Amino acid sequence: MSLTASDVKKIAHLARLGIDELDIEAYTHDLSGMLNLMVQMSDLNTDGIEPMAHPMEQGQRLRTDEVTERDQHKQFQAIAPQVDSGLYLVPKVIE
Amino acid sequence: MENWEVVIGLEIHTQLATKSKIFSGAATAYGAAPNSQACAVDLGFPGVLPVLNQEAVRMAVIFGMAIEAHIAPYSVFARKNYFYPDLPKGYQISQMDLPIVGIGHLDIDVDGETKRIGITRAHLEEDAGKSLHENFQGLSGIDLNRAGTPLLEIVSEPDMRSAKEAVAYMRKLHELVRYLGICDGNMQEGSFRCDANVSVRPKGQAEFGTRAEIKNINSFKFVEKAINHEVERQIELIESGGRVVQETRLYDSVKDETRSMRSKEEANDYRYFPDPDLLPVIISEEFKAQIKAQLPELPVAKKQRFKEVYGLDEDNATQLTSSRPLADYFEATVAASGCDAKLCANWITGDLSAALNKAGLEISDSPVNYPRLAGLLARISDETISGKIAKQVFEEMWQHPVSADDVINAKGLRQISDSGAIESIIDGIMAANMDQVEQYRSGKDKVFGFFVGQVMREMQGKANPAEVNKRLMAKLKG
Repeated sequence: MSLTASDVKKIAHLARLGIDELDIEAYTHDLSGMLNLMVQMSDLNTDGIEPMAHPMEQGQRLRTDEVTERDQHKQFQAIAPQVDSGLYLVPKVIE
Repeated sequence: MENWEVVIGLEIHTQLATKSKIFSGAATAYGAAPNSQACAVDLGFPGVLPVLNQEAVRMAVIFGMAIEAHIAPYSVFARKNYFYPDLPKGYQISQMDLPIVGIGHLDIDVDGETKRIGITRAHLEEDAGKSLHENFQGLSGIDLNRAGTPLLEIVSEPDMRSAKEAVAYMRKLHELVRYLGICDGNMQEGSFRCDANVSVRPKGQAEFGTRAEIKNINSFKFVEKAINHEVERQIELIESGGRVVQETRLYDSVKDETRSMRSKEEANDYRYFPDPDLLPVIISEEFKAQIKAQLPELPVAKKQRFKEVYGLDEDNATQLTSSRPLADYFEATVAASGCDAKLCANWITGDLSAALNKAGLEISDSPVNYPRLAGLLARISDETISGKIAKQVFEEMWQHPVSADDVINAKGLRQISDSGAIESIIDGIMAANMDQVEQYRSGKDKVFGFFVGQVMREMQGKANPAEVNKRLMAKLKG
C-alpha cells in the first residue's frame, strides 16, 4: 500500500501541520511503510482472538460526581495571548 | 409534494444533569462567569488525564434501560479530531464503534396512532465550549465553561415520515429524559439540542435520497418549521432538475430558511481512534442490577396505572404523567385528601396548572403545596364549600400561606346547607317575582335558572347548590 504526495498533504492539512515541500517525499515513503506493516499484520490469523481497545486489560476506574476544582481562570489566562472579561480571544471564526 | 416521501432521523444531544464534568471535577452549573468552571483537564493542558464520572455512566445506563436497549458490557471512548477554538484539545472525546447504549426504541403517538421509532444508539461524549462573535473587533471570545459537560447523544433510525412525527418523537424524548431526572431539558440554555437528517424520495422507492443535516434546532416549533422548509427546498431542487448534496445546513429562524454551512465531506474526516487515555468502560451485571432497582416507573406504565387505578381519562392521565414531580404531586394529593381522584386530577390539571403557567413556575415551586391543596379539596368533598367558592379560596391560598380552612372561616365562606335558611330565602324571592313563578308553572322551564341565580345572589354564593335545586324545585311545583 503506498500513499501519494497529495495524500500526505491532505493528512498534514487535517492535522494542521505545516510541512516543508522538500520533506514530502520522505514522509510519503515513511507513512507508506507504516501502512504496509498494517497490511502485513492483517495477514495474520486472528480467529478467536478478542479485539482489544487498550493494551492494558483493565476497566476504566470511575470518579464520584463531586465538584473538586476551584476557579483558577486568572492563573490559566496568565499565559493566554489575549483575554477580555474572562474570555480567551482568538482570531474570528464563523461558520 | 404528494409524490414524495419524507425521511427523517434525529440526533439529540442531551446534557446530563451531573454536578461535575464528564472527565474532570469542574462544576457544570449554567450561567457562571466566563471560564470560571474550566479546569486544566477541560482546557487540555499538557499532562492532564481524564477520569470518567460515574454518574454520567449511570445516567446513560438508566436511559438505555428506559428505551429497552442493549447496555454494552464493554464500551470504548474514541477521539474525534477537528480544529475549532472552542475545542481546546483539538479532539472531542466521544464514542464511535462501541457506544454504551445499543439498539432501543421509543413509541410516539401521532393523530391517535402509536408508532415505534427505532433508536440506533446513544453514546457518551463531552460538550465543547462556546464562541462569542460579537463585540470583540474582529476577534472571537471563547468561554470554556461548557467544555467537558457530559452529553448523551441519542441517534434515531430514519423512521420518521413527517415533521409532525419528528416533533412528537422529540417531545417524547424530552419528556423521558426529564422524567428520568438525567437532563433538565432546558432548551434555551442548550441542555437539549437537536440535529435533523432530512431527505426525500419518490413514493415507492426503496433506497433513501441524499440527506442534508440541519444543525442545532433548539425549539419544538423550529424543528417543525426547519424540516418543512428543508423538505420543500429539496423537492423543488429535484423537480427543477437539480441534485441534493450531502451537507450541513443551518436553520435561520428569523428568515425561516436553511442555508449551507459547510460541505460535510471534508468536515467529516474526523479520524476517530480509541482514546489511549481512557480504558474501556466495563459495566458489570451487578452495576446494572443496582441501576435497574432505581429505575422509576416509566411514563407509559404510570399512565396506564393512573387510568386503571384512579379512573382518569386519557387527557388527564397523559398530562399528569408528563413529569415525575407532577405525577407525585397528584398521588400525594389523592392520598392526603382522601377525595375522589378525578376531582384531584381536574384541579391539578385545571386551576393549579393554569396558575403555575401564568406565574412561570414548576410544580415543585408551587406556592400551594399538596397538603394545602388536599385541605381545599377535602372541603369541596364534604360540601363545606362549593366548587365555585373553592376557586375563590384557591386564589387566596395562592397569594398567602394560609390553609383552606383559614380562608373559609375568616371570610365566612362556609356553604349553607340548612334547608330552613334556604327555604325562607326562596319564599322571599318567589313572593317578589310572582310573574316568573307563573311562567314556570305554565311550563317555561328556563325560568328555573333565574331563581337559582337569585337565591345564590341573595346568599352570596354560599348556598349548597344541590340543596337549592332540590328546595326550589319542590316550592315552585307548589
